[in-house]
Amino acid sequence: MISIIDYGVGNVQAFLNLFNRLGIEAKRANNTKALKEATHLILPGVGHFDYAIKKLNASGLRDTLEKLVINSEVPLLGICVGMQMFAESSDEGDLPGLGWISGNIRAFSNNKDSSKLPVPHMGWNTLEIYKSESLFLKCNEELTEYYFLHSYYFDAKDKSIVSATSNYGFNFDAAISLKNIYGIQFHPEKSHKWGEQLLENFSKI
Amino acid sequence: MLRSRIIPCLLISDGALVKTQNFKLPKYVGDPINAVKIFNEKGADELIVLDIDATRKSLSPNFNLIKKLAAECRMPLCYGGGVNSADFASKLVDMGVEKVAVSSAAITNPKLISEMTSAVGKQSVVVVIDFNKKKNFFSNEYELCSHNGKKSYKDDPFVFLKKCQEAGAGEIVINSVSQDGMMQGYDLNLALKIKEIAKIPITFLGGAGSLKDMEKLIEKFGIVGAAAGSLFVFKGKYRAVLINYPTLIEKKNICSKSLLNYENI
Repeated sequence: MISIIDYGVGNVQAFLNLFNRLGIEAKRANNTKALKEATHLILPGVGHFDYAIKKLNASGLRDTLEKLVINSEVPLLGICVGMQMFAESSDEGDLPGLGWISGNIRAFSNNKDSSKLPVPHMGWNTLEIYKSESLFLKCNEELTEYYFLHSYYFDAKDKSIVSATSNYGFNFDAAISLKNIYGIQFHPEKSHKWGEQLLENFSKI
Repeated sequence: MLRSRIIPCLLISDGALVKTQNFKLPKYVGDPINAVKIFNEKGADELIVLDIDATRKSLSPNFNLIKKLAAECRMPLCYGGGVNSADFASKLVDMGVEKVAVSSAAITNPKLISEMTSAVGKQSVVVVIDFNKKKNFFSNEYELCSHNGKKSYKDDPFVFLKKCQEAGAGEIVINSVSQDGMMQGYDLNLALKIKEIAKIPITFLGGAGSLKDMEKLIEKFGIVGAAAGSLFVFKGKYRAVLINYPTLIEKKNICSKSLLNYENI
Protein backbone atom coordinates (compact mmCIF):
# COMPACT_ATOMS: atom_id res chain seq x y z
CA MET A 1 0.00 0.00 0.00
CA ILE A 2 1.38 3.38 -1.06
CA SER A 3 0.37 6.25 1.19
CA ILE A 4 0.24 9.78 -0.21
CA ILE A 5 0.81 12.08 2.75
CA ASP A 6 -2.05 14.59 2.94
CA TYR A 7 -0.92 17.50 5.09
CA GLY A 8 -2.89 20.11 3.15
CA VAL A 9 -0.16 20.86 0.59
CA GLY A 10 0.09 19.40 -2.90
CA ASN A 11 -2.13 17.58 -5.29
CA VAL A 12 -2.88 14.27 -3.54
CA GLN A 13 -5.75 13.47 -5.90
CA ALA A 14 -3.49 13.53 -8.97
CA PHE A 15 -1.36 10.73 -7.42
CA LEU A 16 -4.40 8.67 -6.47
CA ASN A 17 -5.80 8.97 -10.00
CA LEU A 18 -2.48 7.91 -11.48
CA PHE A 19 -1.95 4.88 -9.21
CA ASN A 20 -5.56 3.88 -9.84
CA ARG A 21 -4.88 3.81 -13.59
CA LEU A 22 -1.73 1.76 -13.00
CA GLY A 23 -3.66 -0.71 -10.84
CA ILE A 24 -1.38 -0.02 -7.85
CA GLU A 25 -2.98 0.24 -4.42
CA ALA A 26 -2.62 3.74 -2.99
CA LYS A 27 -4.46 5.87 -0.49
CA ARG A 28 -4.57 9.30 1.06
CA ALA A 29 -2.88 9.36 4.49
CA ASN A 30 -4.00 12.14 6.81
CA ASN A 31 -3.57 10.29 10.14
CA THR A 32 -0.79 8.31 11.81
CA LYS A 33 -2.63 4.98 11.41
CA ALA A 34 -2.71 5.35 7.63
CA LEU A 35 0.98 6.30 7.64
CA LYS A 36 1.96 3.20 9.62
CA GLU A 37 0.16 0.91 7.17
CA ALA A 38 2.25 2.15 4.27
CA THR A 39 4.88 0.11 2.47
CA HIS A 40 5.85 3.24 0.54
CA LEU A 41 5.36 6.92 1.34
CA ILE A 42 4.99 9.90 -0.97
CA LEU A 43 5.42 13.45 0.33
CA PRO A 44 4.02 15.90 -2.24
CA GLY A 45 4.36 19.67 -1.98
CA VAL A 46 3.89 22.95 -3.83
CA GLY A 47 4.12 26.59 -2.85
CA HIS A 48 6.14 28.30 -0.15
CA PHE A 49 8.76 26.37 1.88
CA ASP A 50 7.79 27.77 5.30
CA TYR A 51 4.10 27.20 4.57
CA ALA A 52 4.76 23.53 3.75
CA ILE A 53 6.86 23.02 6.92
CA LYS A 54 4.19 24.72 9.04
CA LYS A 55 1.47 22.56 7.53
CA LEU A 56 3.51 19.39 8.10
CA ASN A 57 4.10 20.37 11.74
CA ALA A 58 0.42 21.20 12.21
CA SER A 59 -0.70 17.90 10.64
CA GLY A 60 0.52 15.88 13.62
CA LEU A 61 2.18 13.46 11.19
CA ARG A 62 5.77 14.66 11.40
CA ASP A 63 6.98 12.52 14.33
CA THR A 64 5.45 9.32 12.95
CA LEU A 65 6.82 10.10 9.51
CA GLU A 66 10.29 10.63 10.95
CA LYS A 67 10.20 7.30 12.84
CA LEU A 68 8.99 5.39 9.77
CA VAL A 69 11.55 6.94 7.44
CA ILE A 70 14.62 7.17 9.70
CA ASN A 71 14.15 4.14 12.00
CA SER A 72 12.04 1.71 9.97
CA GLU A 73 13.56 2.79 6.62
CA VAL A 74 10.24 2.83 4.75
CA PRO A 75 10.90 4.10 1.20
CA LEU A 76 9.92 7.76 0.91
CA LEU A 77 9.60 9.87 -2.25
CA GLY A 78 9.52 13.65 -1.78
CA ILE A 79 8.28 15.71 -4.70
CA CYS A 80 9.04 19.39 -5.44
CA VAL A 81 8.69 21.22 -2.09
CA GLY A 82 8.24 17.75 -0.55
CA MET A 83 11.84 17.07 -1.58
CA GLN A 84 13.05 20.52 -0.60
CA MET A 85 11.84 19.97 2.96
CA PHE A 86 14.47 17.19 3.37
CA ALA A 87 17.16 19.91 3.42
CA GLU A 88 18.41 21.88 6.41
CA SER A 89 17.26 25.31 5.27
CA SER A 90 15.82 27.31 2.40
CA ASP A 91 16.53 30.76 0.96
CA GLU A 92 12.76 31.01 0.56
CA GLY A 93 11.95 30.98 4.25
CA ASP A 94 13.20 31.19 7.83
CA LEU A 95 12.07 27.86 9.23
CA PRO A 96 14.51 24.94 9.39
CA GLY A 97 13.85 21.99 7.10
CA LEU A 98 13.62 18.37 8.22
CA GLY A 99 17.41 18.07 7.94
CA TRP A 100 17.33 14.47 6.72
CA ILE A 101 19.60 15.25 3.79
CA SER A 102 22.47 17.69 4.10
CA GLY A 103 21.87 20.61 1.78
CA ASN A 104 20.22 23.97 1.26
CA ILE A 105 17.45 25.26 -0.97
CA ARG A 106 18.66 28.13 -3.13
CA ALA A 107 16.98 30.69 -5.41
CA PHE A 108 17.53 30.66 -9.18
CA SER A 109 17.35 34.46 -8.98
CA ASN A 110 20.48 34.49 -6.76
CA ASN A 111 22.61 32.27 -8.98
CA LYS A 112 24.68 34.19 -11.53
CA ASP A 113 24.06 31.55 -14.21
CA SER A 114 20.28 31.70 -13.93
CA SER A 115 19.58 35.19 -12.60
CA LYS A 116 18.74 36.50 -16.08
CA LEU A 117 16.33 33.65 -16.87
CA PRO A 118 12.62 33.94 -16.15
CA VAL A 119 11.52 32.39 -12.86
CA PRO A 120 9.80 30.12 -12.05
CA HIS A 121 11.64 27.49 -14.11
CA MET A 122 8.49 26.27 -15.82
CA GLY A 123 7.96 23.55 -18.37
CA TRP A 124 9.38 20.32 -19.76
CA ASN A 125 13.05 19.67 -19.24
CA THR A 126 15.42 16.75 -19.68
CA LEU A 127 17.46 14.95 -17.04
CA GLU A 128 21.01 13.77 -16.93
CA ILE A 129 20.91 10.63 -14.84
CA TYR A 130 24.05 9.72 -12.86
CA LYS A 131 22.99 6.87 -10.64
CA SER A 132 21.64 3.74 -12.27
CA GLU A 133 19.03 3.19 -9.60
CA SER A 134 15.74 1.41 -10.01
CA LEU A 135 13.74 4.64 -9.64
CA PHE A 136 14.85 5.62 -13.15
CA LEU A 137 14.39 2.23 -14.80
CA LYS A 138 13.16 2.79 -18.40
CA CYS A 139 13.09 6.55 -17.69
CA ASN A 140 16.39 7.27 -19.39
CA GLU A 141 15.35 7.23 -23.04
CA GLU A 142 16.36 9.84 -25.57
CA LEU A 143 13.04 11.70 -25.59
CA THR A 144 12.29 11.50 -21.87
CA GLU A 145 11.37 14.78 -20.24
CA TYR A 146 9.66 15.87 -17.03
CA TYR A 147 7.49 18.80 -15.97
CA PHE A 148 9.14 21.33 -13.66
CA LEU A 149 7.59 24.30 -11.87
CA HIS A 150 9.80 25.91 -9.22
CA SER A 151 11.82 29.03 -8.35
CA TYR A 152 14.16 27.34 -5.82
CA TYR A 153 16.40 24.30 -6.20
CA PHE A 154 18.07 21.70 -3.98
CA ASP A 155 21.80 22.17 -3.51
CA ALA A 156 23.03 18.92 -1.93
CA LYS A 157 26.18 19.19 0.17
CA ASP A 158 27.37 15.71 -0.77
CA LYS A 159 27.05 15.49 -4.55
CA SER A 160 27.38 11.69 -4.46
CA ILE A 161 23.71 11.54 -3.42
CA VAL A 162 22.63 13.36 -6.61
CA SER A 163 21.02 10.84 -8.94
CA ALA A 164 20.04 13.28 -11.72
CA THR A 165 20.55 16.89 -12.70
CA SER A 166 18.62 19.16 -15.01
CA ASN A 167 19.78 22.38 -16.63
CA TYR A 168 18.46 25.90 -16.17
CA GLY A 169 21.41 28.11 -16.94
CA PHE A 170 23.52 25.60 -14.99
CA ASN A 171 23.13 21.98 -13.84
CA PHE A 172 21.06 21.82 -10.67
CA ASP A 173 20.22 18.80 -8.50
CA ALA A 174 16.93 17.48 -9.87
CA ALA A 175 16.87 14.11 -8.08
CA ILE A 176 18.60 12.84 -4.96
CA SER A 177 18.63 9.60 -3.03
CA LEU A 178 20.08 8.56 0.29
CA LYS A 179 19.28 5.02 1.45
CA ASN A 180 15.45 4.79 1.54
CA ILE A 181 14.90 8.54 0.98
CA TYR A 182 14.29 9.72 -2.60
CA GLY A 183 13.61 13.26 -3.76
CA ILE A 184 12.68 14.65 -7.15
CA GLN A 185 12.20 18.30 -8.07
CA PHE A 186 9.89 17.64 -11.06
CA HIS A 187 6.26 16.51 -11.06
CA PRO A 188 5.85 12.85 -12.10
CA GLU A 189 2.08 13.11 -11.54
CA LYS A 190 1.96 15.62 -14.39
CA SER A 191 4.63 14.11 -16.65
CA HIS A 192 2.64 11.69 -18.79
CA LYS A 193 4.11 8.20 -19.37
CA TRP A 194 7.56 9.04 -17.97
CA GLY A 195 6.02 10.12 -14.69
CA GLU A 196 3.88 7.00 -14.56
CA GLN A 197 6.94 4.84 -15.20
CA LEU A 198 8.88 6.54 -12.40
CA LEU A 199 6.05 6.17 -9.88
CA GLU A 200 5.58 2.53 -10.90
CA ASN A 201 9.32 2.02 -10.35
CA PHE A 202 9.06 3.61 -6.90
CA SER A 203 6.20 1.28 -5.97
CA LYS A 204 8.53 -1.69 -6.62
CA ILE A 205 11.45 -0.45 -4.51
CA MET B 1 17.39 21.73 -21.77
CA LEU B 2 14.10 23.47 -21.13
CA ARG B 3 11.75 23.31 -24.10
CA SER B 4 9.04 25.76 -25.14
CA ARG B 5 5.53 24.65 -24.18
CA ILE B 6 2.92 23.88 -26.85
CA ILE B 7 -0.42 24.45 -25.16
CA PRO B 8 -3.98 23.74 -26.33
CA CYS B 9 -6.43 26.33 -25.03
CA LEU B 10 -10.00 25.14 -24.55
CA LEU B 11 -12.93 27.54 -24.21
CA ILE B 12 -15.95 26.54 -22.16
CA SER B 13 -19.44 27.99 -22.53
CA ASP B 14 -22.46 26.49 -20.74
CA GLY B 15 -20.39 23.40 -19.90
CA ALA B 16 -19.55 22.73 -23.56
CA LEU B 17 -16.36 23.20 -25.51
CA VAL B 18 -16.58 26.09 -27.99
CA LYS B 19 -14.27 28.13 -30.21
CA THR B 20 -14.62 31.81 -31.03
CA GLN B 21 -13.37 34.22 -33.69
CA ASN B 22 -12.32 37.66 -32.45
CA PHE B 23 -13.89 36.55 -29.16
CA LYS B 24 -17.28 36.29 -30.93
CA LEU B 25 -19.33 33.64 -32.74
CA PRO B 26 -18.77 30.72 -30.36
CA LYS B 27 -18.98 27.45 -32.30
CA TYR B 28 -19.81 24.17 -30.53
CA VAL B 29 -16.79 21.88 -30.65
CA GLY B 30 -17.60 19.06 -28.25
CA ASP B 31 -17.43 17.71 -24.73
CA PRO B 32 -14.59 19.15 -22.59
CA ILE B 33 -13.90 15.93 -20.63
CA ASN B 34 -13.56 14.00 -23.87
CA ALA B 35 -11.18 16.67 -25.22
CA VAL B 36 -9.00 16.36 -22.10
CA LYS B 37 -8.86 12.58 -22.58
CA ILE B 38 -7.69 13.02 -26.16
CA PHE B 39 -5.01 15.55 -25.15
CA ASN B 40 -3.85 13.10 -22.44
CA GLU B 41 -3.32 10.46 -25.11
CA LYS B 42 -1.49 12.94 -27.30
CA GLY B 43 0.81 13.96 -24.46
CA ALA B 44 0.00 17.69 -24.48
CA ASP B 45 2.48 19.86 -22.55
CA GLU B 46 -0.22 21.70 -20.59
CA LEU B 47 -3.86 22.68 -20.97
CA ILE B 48 -5.48 26.07 -20.55
CA VAL B 49 -9.23 25.97 -19.92
CA LEU B 50 -11.07 29.30 -19.98
CA ASP B 51 -14.75 29.71 -19.12
CA ILE B 52 -15.88 32.54 -21.38
CA ASP B 53 -19.29 32.97 -19.68
CA ALA B 54 -18.27 33.18 -16.04
CA THR B 55 -16.96 36.75 -15.84
CA ARG B 56 -19.34 38.16 -18.44
CA LYS B 57 -22.37 36.75 -16.61
CA SER B 58 -20.84 37.33 -13.13
CA LEU B 59 -20.89 33.60 -12.35
CA SER B 60 -18.60 31.65 -10.03
CA PRO B 61 -16.36 29.05 -11.64
CA ASN B 62 -18.21 25.82 -12.51
CA PHE B 63 -16.49 23.83 -9.75
CA ASN B 64 -18.26 20.56 -10.60
CA LEU B 65 -16.98 20.59 -14.14
CA ILE B 66 -13.49 21.80 -13.15
CA LYS B 67 -13.16 19.02 -10.58
CA LYS B 68 -13.90 16.43 -13.27
CA LEU B 69 -11.48 18.07 -15.70
CA ALA B 70 -8.70 18.19 -13.09
CA ALA B 71 -9.21 14.54 -12.15
CA GLU B 72 -8.94 13.53 -15.80
CA CYS B 73 -6.04 15.80 -16.72
CA ARG B 74 -2.61 14.09 -16.73
CA MET B 75 -0.74 17.28 -17.56
CA PRO B 76 -0.62 20.65 -15.82
CA LEU B 77 -3.97 22.42 -15.98
CA CYS B 78 -4.53 26.17 -16.00
CA TYR B 79 -8.10 27.35 -15.36
CA GLY B 80 -9.50 30.85 -15.86
CA GLY B 81 -12.96 32.41 -15.74
CA GLY B 82 -14.89 33.95 -12.87
CA VAL B 83 -11.95 33.86 -10.44
CA ASN B 84 -12.11 37.06 -8.40
CA SER B 85 -10.83 36.02 -4.95
CA ALA B 86 -7.96 34.18 -3.27
CA ASP B 87 -10.55 31.78 -1.79
CA PHE B 88 -11.62 30.68 -5.27
CA ALA B 89 -7.96 30.19 -6.18
CA SER B 90 -7.38 27.97 -3.11
CA LYS B 91 -10.48 25.94 -3.86
CA LEU B 92 -9.33 25.35 -7.45
CA VAL B 93 -5.80 24.35 -6.40
CA ASP B 94 -7.26 21.90 -3.85
CA MET B 95 -9.20 20.30 -6.70
CA GLY B 96 -5.97 19.64 -8.57
CA VAL B 97 -5.75 22.70 -10.82
CA GLU B 98 -2.04 23.66 -11.03
CA LYS B 99 -2.50 27.22 -12.21
CA VAL B 100 -5.31 29.69 -11.65
CA ALA B 101 -5.75 32.46 -14.19
CA VAL B 102 -7.25 35.87 -13.53
CA SER B 103 -7.97 38.65 -15.98
CA SER B 104 -10.45 41.47 -15.39
CA ALA B 105 -10.48 40.96 -11.60
CA ALA B 106 -6.74 41.73 -11.51
CA ILE B 107 -7.37 45.02 -13.33
CA THR B 108 -10.13 46.20 -11.04
CA ASN B 109 -8.59 44.84 -7.83
CA PRO B 110 -4.80 45.35 -7.90
CA LYS B 111 -4.36 43.53 -4.56
CA LEU B 112 -5.81 40.30 -5.92
CA ILE B 113 -2.52 38.99 -7.36
CA SER B 114 -0.60 39.29 -4.09
CA GLU B 115 -3.54 37.81 -2.15
CA MET B 116 -3.57 34.85 -4.51
CA THR B 117 0.19 34.32 -4.33
CA SER B 118 -0.03 34.22 -0.52
CA ALA B 119 -2.81 31.64 -0.74
CA VAL B 120 -1.53 29.28 -3.44
CA GLY B 121 2.08 30.30 -4.18
CA LYS B 122 3.32 32.44 -7.02
CA GLN B 123 3.89 29.45 -9.35
CA SER B 124 0.12 28.91 -9.46
CA VAL B 125 -0.92 32.47 -10.30
CA VAL B 126 -1.40 33.33 -13.97
CA VAL B 127 -2.61 36.66 -15.32
CA VAL B 128 -4.28 36.66 -18.73
CA ILE B 129 -3.89 40.06 -20.35
CA ASP B 130 -6.09 40.85 -23.34
CA PHE B 131 -4.18 43.00 -25.82
CA ASN B 132 -6.33 44.62 -28.50
CA LYS B 133 -4.62 46.30 -31.43
CA LYS B 134 -6.12 49.77 -31.84
CA LYS B 135 -8.12 50.04 -35.06
CA ASN B 136 -6.35 53.19 -36.28
CA PHE B 137 -4.57 52.15 -39.50
CA PHE B 138 -1.41 54.12 -38.74
CA SER B 139 -1.25 53.14 -35.11
CA ASN B 140 0.76 50.28 -33.78
CA GLU B 141 -0.61 50.60 -30.29
CA TYR B 142 -2.54 48.27 -28.05
CA GLU B 143 -5.30 48.72 -25.55
CA LEU B 144 -6.03 46.70 -22.44
CA CYS B 145 -9.33 44.77 -22.61
CA SER B 146 -11.40 42.23 -20.71
CA HIS B 147 -14.80 40.53 -20.90
CA ASN B 148 -14.05 38.74 -24.17
CA GLY B 149 -12.83 41.97 -25.74
CA LYS B 150 -16.01 43.92 -24.97
CA LYS B 151 -14.61 46.11 -22.24
CA SER B 152 -11.55 48.31 -22.70
CA TYR B 153 -9.49 50.24 -20.17
CA LYS B 154 -7.37 53.37 -20.29
CA ASP B 155 -4.40 51.64 -18.63
CA ASP B 156 -1.43 50.88 -20.86
CA PRO B 157 -1.30 47.06 -21.19
CA PHE B 158 2.52 47.00 -21.04
CA VAL B 159 2.54 48.99 -17.79
CA PHE B 160 -0.13 46.66 -16.46
CA LEU B 161 2.04 43.64 -17.36
CA LYS B 162 4.97 45.10 -15.40
CA LYS B 163 2.70 45.69 -12.40
CA CYS B 164 1.55 42.06 -12.52
CA GLN B 165 5.16 40.88 -12.53
CA GLU B 166 6.00 43.09 -9.56
CA ALA B 167 2.93 41.87 -7.68
CA GLY B 168 4.31 38.34 -7.91
CA ALA B 169 2.45 36.64 -10.76
CA GLY B 170 4.06 33.35 -11.86
CA GLU B 171 3.15 33.57 -15.53
CA ILE B 172 1.50 35.93 -17.99
CA VAL B 173 -0.70 34.81 -20.87
CA ILE B 174 -0.75 37.40 -23.63
CA ASN B 175 -4.11 37.08 -25.34
CA SER B 176 -4.27 38.84 -28.71
CA VAL B 177 -7.91 39.79 -29.17
CA SER B 178 -7.47 40.91 -32.76
CA GLN B 179 -5.80 37.60 -33.74
CA ASP B 180 -8.29 35.29 -31.98
CA GLY B 181 -9.48 32.48 -34.25
CA MET B 182 -7.99 34.09 -37.37
CA MET B 183 -5.25 31.45 -37.70
CA GLN B 184 -2.98 33.97 -39.46
CA GLY B 185 -0.04 33.76 -37.10
CA TYR B 186 0.88 35.29 -33.76
CA ASP B 187 1.42 39.04 -33.47
CA LEU B 188 5.22 38.86 -33.60
CA ASN B 189 5.71 42.61 -33.16
CA LEU B 190 3.80 42.37 -29.93
CA ALA B 191 5.94 39.37 -28.92
CA LEU B 192 9.14 41.40 -29.39
CA LYS B 193 7.76 44.26 -27.28
CA ILE B 194 6.83 41.82 -24.52
CA LYS B 195 10.24 40.13 -24.66
CA GLU B 196 11.90 43.40 -23.66
CA ILE B 197 10.00 43.59 -20.38
CA ALA B 198 9.33 39.94 -19.47
CA LYS B 199 10.93 38.59 -16.29
CA ILE B 200 8.60 35.65 -15.74
CA PRO B 201 7.39 32.90 -18.13
CA ILE B 202 5.18 34.21 -20.92
CA THR B 203 2.61 32.37 -23.00
CA PHE B 204 1.12 33.76 -26.21
CA LEU B 205 -2.41 32.96 -27.26
CA GLY B 206 -4.23 34.06 -30.40
CA GLY B 207 -3.50 33.65 -34.07
CA ALA B 208 -1.65 30.34 -34.47
CA GLY B 209 -2.86 28.71 -37.69
CA SER B 210 -0.08 26.18 -38.09
CA LEU B 211 2.85 24.65 -36.26
CA LYS B 212 5.01 26.89 -38.47
CA ASP B 213 3.43 29.92 -36.74
CA MET B 214 4.51 28.46 -33.40
CA GLU B 215 8.01 27.88 -34.72
CA LYS B 216 8.19 31.55 -35.80
CA LEU B 217 7.12 32.73 -32.35
CA ILE B 218 9.67 30.49 -30.64
CA GLU B 219 12.40 31.66 -32.99
CA LYS B 220 11.63 35.31 -32.19
CA PHE B 221 11.00 34.99 -28.49
CA GLY B 222 13.14 32.11 -27.25
CA ILE B 223 11.66 29.81 -24.63
CA VAL B 224 7.96 30.58 -24.44
CA GLY B 225 4.52 29.07 -24.11
CA ALA B 226 2.82 28.85 -27.52
CA ALA B 227 -0.89 28.36 -26.98
CA ALA B 228 -3.60 27.83 -29.56
CA GLY B 229 -7.30 27.11 -29.72
CA SER B 230 -8.43 26.73 -33.34
CA LEU B 231 -5.23 25.02 -34.47
CA PHE B 232 -5.77 22.05 -32.16
CA VAL B 233 -9.53 21.65 -32.58
CA PHE B 234 -10.16 22.35 -36.29
CA LYS B 235 -8.89 20.73 -39.46
CA GLY B 236 -9.00 22.25 -42.95
CA LYS B 237 -10.49 25.43 -44.34
CA TYR B 238 -14.06 24.44 -43.51
CA ARG B 239 -13.09 24.25 -39.82
CA ALA B 240 -14.20 20.64 -39.36
CA VAL B 241 -13.84 19.65 -35.72
CA LEU B 242 -10.87 17.32 -35.27
CA ILE B 243 -8.76 17.41 -32.15
CA ASN B 244 -5.10 17.20 -33.09
CA TYR B 245 -1.70 17.85 -31.50
CA PRO B 246 1.94 17.42 -32.60
CA THR B 247 3.99 14.37 -31.65
CA LEU B 248 6.93 14.77 -29.29
CA ILE B 249 9.40 14.63 -32.18
CA GLU B 250 7.43 17.31 -34.05
CA LYS B 251 7.38 19.39 -30.87
CA LYS B 252 11.12 19.05 -30.37
CA ASN B 253 11.64 20.18 -33.97
CA ILE B 254 9.33 23.19 -33.54
CA CYS B 255 11.20 24.16 -30.39
CA SER B 256 14.71 23.48 -31.66
CA LYS B 257 15.38 27.10 -32.61
CA SER B 258 14.75 28.29 -29.08
CA LEU B 259 17.01 25.53 -27.79
CA LEU B 260 19.84 26.84 -29.95
CA ASN B 261 19.21 30.35 -28.65
CA TYR B 262 19.00 29.12 -25.09
CA GLU B 263 22.18 30.85 -23.98
CA ASN B 264 20.88 34.16 -25.27
CA ILE B 265 17.47 34.38 -23.68
